[in-house]
Amino acid sequence: MQNKDRRQRQRTTIRKVLLYIRNYWIFLILSLLLAVVTVVSTLYLPILTGQVIDQILGPGQVDFARIGGILLVMGIVIAVTALAQWLMNVCNNKITYGVVRDIRRDAFAKIEILPLKYIDGHSHGELVSRVVADVDQFADGLLMGFTQLFTGVLTIVGTLGFMLSVHVGITLVVVLITPVSLFVASFIAKRTYTMFRKQSEARGEQTALIDEMIGNQKVVQAFGQEEKVLRQFDEINERLTHFSLRATFFSSITNPSTRFVNGLVYTGVGVVGSLVAIGGGITVGQLSCFLSYANQYTKPFNEISGVVTELQNALACAARVLELIEEEPQTPEPADAAVLTGVSGNVTLDQVYFSYTADQKLIEDFNLKVEPGQRVAIVGPTGCGKTTLINLLMRFYDVNSGRIAVEGKDIRKVTRGSLRENYGMVLQETWLKNATIRENLLMGKPEATEEEMVAAARAAHAHSFIRRLPKGYDTVIGEEGGSLSAGQRQLLCIARVMLCLPPMLILDEATSSIDTRTEMKIQNAFAAMMQGRTSFIVAHRLSTIQSADVILYMQGGRVLEQGSHQQLLEKDGYYAKLYRSQFAV
Amino acid sequence: MRKLLVYMKDYRKESVLAPLFKMLEAAFELLVPLVVAAMIDVGIAGQDKPYILKMSLLMVALGVIGLVCSITAQYFSAKAAVGFAGKLRHSLFAHVQGLSFGELDTLGASTLITRMTSDINQVQSGVNLVLRLFLRSPFIVFGAMVMAFTIDFKAALIFVVTIPLLSVVVFGIMLISIPLYKKVQGRLDKVLGITRENLAGVRVLRAFHREKQEEESFEAANYDLTHMQNFVGRITAVMNPVTYVIINSALMALLYTGAVRVDAGILTQGQVVALVNYMSQILVELVKLANLIITVTKAVACGNRIQSVFEVENSQEQLAANASQDTAFSGNVDRPGHAGRGQELPLAGQIPVVEFRHVSLTYPGAGAATLEDVDFAAYPGETIGIIGGTGSGKSSLVHLIPRFYDATDGQVLYRGRDVRSLPVKELRSKVGIVLQKAVLFEGTIEENLRWGKEDATKEELQAALNTAQAAEVVAGKEDGLSEQVSQGGRNFSGGQRQRLTIARALVRKPEILILDDSASALDYATDARLRKAIGELPDQPVVFVVSQRTSSIRQADKILVLEDGAVVGMGTHLELLKNCQVYQEIYDSQYQDRMEVLRNAE
Repeated sequence: MQNKDRRQRQRTTIRKVLLYIRNYWIFLILSLLLAVVTVVSTLYLPILTGQVIDQILGPGQVDFARIGGILLVMGIVIAVTALAQWLMNVCNNKITYGVVRDIRRDAFAKIEILPLKYIDGHSHGELVSRVVADVDQFADGLLMGFTQLFTGVLTIVGTLGFMLSVHVGITLVVVLITPVSLFVASFIAKRTYTMFRKQSEARGEQTALIDEMIGNQKVVQAFGQEEKVLRQFDEINERLTHFSLRATFFSSITNPSTRFVNGLVYTGVGVVGSLVAIGGGITVGQLSCFLSYANQYTKPFNEISGVVTELQNALACAARVLELIEEEPQTPEPADAAVLTGVSGNVTLDQVYFSYTADQKLIEDFNLKVEPGQRVAIVGPTGCGKTTLINLLMRFYDVNSGRIAVEGKDIRKVTRGSLRENYGMVLQETWLKNATIRENLLMGKPEATEEEMVAAARAAHAHSFIRRLPKGYDTVIGEEGGSLSAGQRQLLCIARVMLCLPPMLILDEATSSIDTRTEMKIQNAFAAMMQGRTSFIVAHRLSTIQSADVILYMQGGRVLEQGSHQQLLEKDGYYAKLYRSQFAV
Repeated sequence: MRKLLVYMKDYRKESVLAPLFKMLEAAFELLVPLVVAAMIDVGIAGQDKPYILKMSLLMVALGVIGLVCSITAQYFSAKAAVGFAGKLRHSLFAHVQGLSFGELDTLGASTLITRMTSDINQVQSGVNLVLRLFLRSPFIVFGAMVMAFTIDFKAALIFVVTIPLLSVVVFGIMLISIPLYKKVQGRLDKVLGITRENLAGVRVLRAFHREKQEEESFEAANYDLTHMQNFVGRITAVMNPVTYVIINSALMALLYTGAVRVDAGILTQGQVVALVNYMSQILVELVKLANLIITVTKAVACGNRIQSVFEVENSQEQLAANASQDTAFSGNVDRPGHAGRGQELPLAGQIPVVEFRHVSLTYPGAGAATLEDVDFAAYPGETIGIIGGTGSGKSSLVHLIPRFYDATDGQVLYRGRDVRSLPVKELRSKVGIVLQKAVLFEGTIEENLRWGKEDATKEELQAALNTAQAAEVVAGKEDGLSEQVSQGGRNFSGGQRQRLTIARALVRKPEILILDDSASALDYATDARLRKAIGELPDQPVVFVVSQRTSSIRQADKILVLEDGAVVGMGTHLELLKNCQVYQEIYDSQYQDRMEVLRNAE
């Protein structure tokens, strides 16, 4: 049942892969034709060789005229084979790399429109590995499949045909002994499988330990646990070595064994062929041709078993990428989606219900009305769910029921782009693109002038440190902001928003990466920026909270209290408690 | 790579026997065409059936011997390769355990992890392949040539021409394509980079509505990659056809020469067949050799990377023993520059537990000093607060105490002795440190706590938990102390992890307790309770509290205010509020009542 399922899945994967290959059908047909040419001419060569040998009987019994003729044909055949082989390789590369490129493009395009829910719910490393490693593996498998599977099968069929046309009896010898080689190979593979599994289990365990301990080497050393950890490591290492030896050894028996069986085939052909030759059934040249077929015939068999595993692996990889490509995208925008313009900052949340998973309710019946220019402060303990609110406002996630409206328009009825352009967002996690500082700053307003950009950087207190960087605004920031300190990254993120200054702001006051003194300086900039703009602020600082028009107290993802500072103090609930524990000295 | 070979030492026997048996196998393989030739020339020509059967038995015998030899070889080579890799892994892991923080910073954890896993695996399969094939393939190639010479000198000359020609083509194409493959890898990395960036920055990118541009830049990188792949593909695609042409041209030459020689009665028909067979053996082996070389180059590259980790030595030196004796005795006597200050200190005359003497620290490769001329002393029972902005050197300062790093100038003393004169292990056993990043390890809570002290009693564990305000964390778990911690402690919240790491540091009853911004995830109330409990510890450790919050350090006996690595203020909370501008600014950024506090204090 399970097997059938898997085969079913494999079939659908193959069908989908074929759809990708379809764009390259000309190359595919060409490649197949060339493969036929290659195989036929490759197989024809031993026959020609045999014919030459038959002209070399002994002293004085050599027909040079015929040999010359045959050699000429040989030359042509060789040239044709070589040309066909080369063209076939080029075609195969074209198909494979083209398909891979198309798949990657589709996968990436899908990533751009996947709902945040999917991206948040999957490990990024795993998604990256689908787009990069899986596709690569698939390419290898596909290429190998093209170059080896098809020609392999053709070679087997062709050899059989040629052999049969020369002598049936000897062909039977070859056909009967060859399966032994397959049998031996699969016998060994089965034995080896267990060892390989145990090896990879031990390897996984070891990698986990390495990951954990080396990743936190400083803690290990701080507590003087080096020896204990090494003991732990050695114990796994010993097991790994044990299984590894067996797995490596058993699997490496395969080659000699199949080679031995091939030797048997060769011998069989030699004996039977010689005996037949004595009886005059075949010539010596034909025998030599048979001998070289015996070599060629068994080789594809040995390769095909490898190719099939490789192909299965490739299909599994393809299935993983295709799964990503077919993933449900975010709700598409309605055809009549309006472009949100003339935003002054009216935001209303109407009976909003939201939860990430069905079994864990989060936001229930949440109502909020924000007037233009109002400040909404979100407070609460760490992990209180402030990101949830940001997710909903920016429409990274859609509400389960109820509605969020900007300027009275349901945000699901306007284009995502225009909604998001009206928000300026500074998050605590400071993400910058691996590009120059200029490109990062201009992200929200590519058409900004140099003066505007510098002014924004100045306002965010970023200009002075940018100027001191080796290439100023053209300094390339390493991946994930590598060379900059957390505080500097934060300043750049602020400058990025300062430049485009949209009518609504989402600010995550980042006390974690900027020290309080620097933050104070930025506060002024923030204050200027918030002037006349609707702002949602995740607040830690008392002054921000107190001056907010509305305070939302969140905990465990829910909004528990809502009101102004005074109102909430009078209510004497969660907020009042938090206020007393943190700020009342 | 070469230096790694010492780990092969224990497998000397195996690494000689494996190739030896492989060569034996190859030798038997080389005999087969001769047997076939004999079959044709004697058996078929002489119509001698028993001879043919005899020869075929000989061939089977050769095959069996070959099989035995090669399985023996596979065993020895697997044993050597796997054993070598095991030893290498052990040594590398042990080596990393002994590196100092400075070296760990330069190398980086992710690099070390790759070195230890995939790189070593590559080296293992490289060694295995070398032992099995490196001698076999050339042996067959040259063996076939030698055999050809035993048959006929003139025909063998064709081999002499063909083999170098083939080698030039095979290795030439390889030499050209290997650097190109590196370029392909580089472009693949670009594709990977963009993908990763788009996942990590998904919120920002969508907030700025950049999806289209990102798709375009991915498309460009994707195109570059495909273009390069096709380019390299076209070059490597040449290899097979060209070798095919060379080997078959040689075959034609061989047939023609054979014809001439047979006609002259120098060669027999069977011998021509044997020569043809030798020719085809060569091609197979050359291709194997080329593949082998690719694997080996990869393995050598991996091996070199591993070796470069071995070459990183722990740069921390241990001062000579006698030097340490000196400091031990002179610690409390010879302290120029400190005599005057001693009078202000409450515990004058005592030996400070920790003392910094004009300490500076510059990280290797850094342009500017991280710490400059830090000078202070901490006496038993004292609490030292360290405050300053991001990057002011707070963590670096406390990291000097357990010798995570060594001062580049000046001295750090533990009870009057230069920390560099003490065995690192002993020194660290006196220190309980809680790092910024709260890390727990896979295992039970108890096992994690025992990192602090292997043989701690249940009471000691409980006491530490109580002090760290972590008792409720444990009590809240179903299995209490035996609750399983998943890797990295993911099943605990940040605050819970922080409290458990504090407990872990307390279990060993340290003489010096360092809290490196380790209450950041705690709310103010818990933080306050924690500070109080630590203040009441019976062993009166010296406590270093690193923080950005004045509330966390205001009770300290002495507060160091750091800015850009320099101490810009030292004193109690009130003193600093009065006269340290940086401290005032920090305080003002968190509270608004400085004037009031100062008035009240008067």
